[in-house]
Amino acid sequence: MIVFDRVTKRYPGGYTALDGVNLRIAPGELVVLSGHSGAGKSTLFKLIPAIVRPTTGTVMLNDQDVSRLPKRAIPYLRRNIGLVLQESRLLFDRSVYDNILLPLIINGQPPSEAARRVSAALDRVGLSGREKEFPAGLSGGEQQRVAIARAFVNRPSILIADEPTAHLDPVYASEIAELFKSFNSAGVTVLVATHDTSLFRHWSPRRIALDHGRLMEQ
Amino acid sequence: MRNWLYLHTRAVSRALARLARQPFGTLLSALVMGIALTLPAGGMILLDHASTLARGVSGKPEISLFLNDDASPAQTDAIRQNLQAEAQIEGIRFVPRDVALKQLENNGLGDVLGGIAANPLPDAFVVTLKGDDPALFDTLSTKMRNWAGIAHVQIDSAWVKRLAALLELVRVTIWVLSVLLGLALAIVTFNTIRLQILTQENEIEVSRLLGATDRFIRRPFYWFGTLQGVLGGLIAVGAVWAGFHVLSAPIAKVGETWGMPVAPVSLNGIEGLAIVAAAAALGWLGTAISVRRYLTM
Ligand SMILES: Nc1ncnc2c1ncn2[C@@H]1O[C@H](COP(=O)(O)OP(=O)(O)OP(=O)(O)O)[C@@H](O)[C@H]1O
Ligand SMILES: [Mg+2]
Repeated sequence: MIVFDRVTKRYPGGYTALDGVNLRIAPGELVVLSGHSGAGKSTLFKLIPAIVRPTTGTVMLNDQDVSRLPKRAIPYLRRNIGLVLQESRLLFDRSVYDNILLPLIINGQPPSEAARRVSAALDRVGLSGREKEFPAGLSGGEQQRVAIARAFVNRPSILIADEPTAHLDPVYASEIAELFKSFNSAGVTVLVATHDTSLFRHWSPRRIALDHGRLMEQ
Repeated sequence: MRNWLYLHTRAVSRALARLARQPFGTLLSALVMGIALTLPAGGMILLDHASTLARGVSGKPEISLFLNDDASPAQTDAIRQNLQAEAQIEGIRFVPRDVALKQLENNGLGDVLGGIAANPLPDAFVVTLKGDDPALFDTLSTKMRNWAGIAHVQIDSAWVKRLAALLELVRVTIWVLSVLLGLALAIVTFNTIRLQILTQENEIEVSRLLGATDRFIRRPFYWFGTLQGVLGGLIAVGAVWAGFHVLSAPIAKVGETWGMPVAPVSLNGIEGLAIVAAAAALGWLGTAISVRRYLTM
């Protein structure tokens, strides 16, 4: 359960990115967040793994106040949240395989189990056989799929994706949407921010929108 | 435990990969560290040898009492009795002037004295003391100077003291040098790690987003700095070894002129290990400061 209670985020400089946001997301929900550029979508998502802290209000995750979590507890919070940020943030100095392996190492998975999970994740995003390649040699869509594999390889209970299909053509975009739907069907809470409102239309997800930092249900 | 080992193995391999990725930079830093370490490390080992040598040469400190040329046999006897009465004196040896001259000639100084017709040396008593407290030497020699028939009292430990004082000066100099150069090494590592952190900003940030702890992120940097120190230490060991190899013959020559046989100076395993360990510790220290400064959430 994710609960935003009157959350306001004012960035240094005075810009109010979020304004009194109230939101409850139940476990296993599929939520699509839309809104104009600068509406506060990324900010909203970054509050959950404590990348951003609210100016006022609280963000609760499974009865834990993540907005006031001590710094040393943050890494453990993040290990349970799969993140696909707007910038895919792959590491270009290592192979696809090593990119996907990284969260497993961070989480202290034994090597044999980690290897098994990376193979499964590669298979899931349709990149089997490409593990030795480097991200620079992949297309934008393939890079995005590596980032998605990296986000769920740790089997998080929440998956957050910030515009995962931004640079993809419609065919790839709907493939990725299907991927998220399949995670959601397996019980994962999935939050996706996107400009493309038609993306999840087949599955009638819960739709919310931000407008200048104010949240609306649709 | 197995996980801990695994994490460190990974961190070591990442650190090695980073070192290998820029072989020239790595070599350069290691050379700077190695060369800077060579001087104090070599100096300390040389000093250690010199101190051992000085101890071996000094033996038991002595006091020499040189008599007046015209001292009468009665005065000589009186002096001997006075000496025997001193509780702190251990051994008394009378060296007649003829014997003293013979000793000088045996030491190869005959040529110098050959031109002098009469024996210029006086009779002398040489005494050894039970302790080696400098204060004792001073009180005794002051007392002896007032005895009738004494021309001169010489504390033979004086040159040993001078040598010890000289060695002490060298020792302190080497320590000061070591501290300064050690600091320089820590700073070199500090800067290397700072640059490493800057070039790996993306990896660090991504790791944080994926739930890496500070420890996890810092670990490869610690290994990097420490391994670079080890490389520098190995270079220093090689340089010190080579330096001693080259210096051995000249040192032996100097020893010869002082009439001391000097065993060739070399570097033993423990000293080599100590140099490498010190370099590693300095690398670690530089890393610790850098990481504390630039790698906190
Ligand atoms: N670190 C920051 N410092 C200052 N202002 C920020 C920062 N991050 C975001 N903002 C501002 O907050 C507002 C909301 O930003 P946010 O990235 O959440 O919007 P968004 O809905 O994700 O937009 P987009 O669709 O373009 O990604 C923007 O006006 C942005 O300029
Ligand atoms: Mg955004």
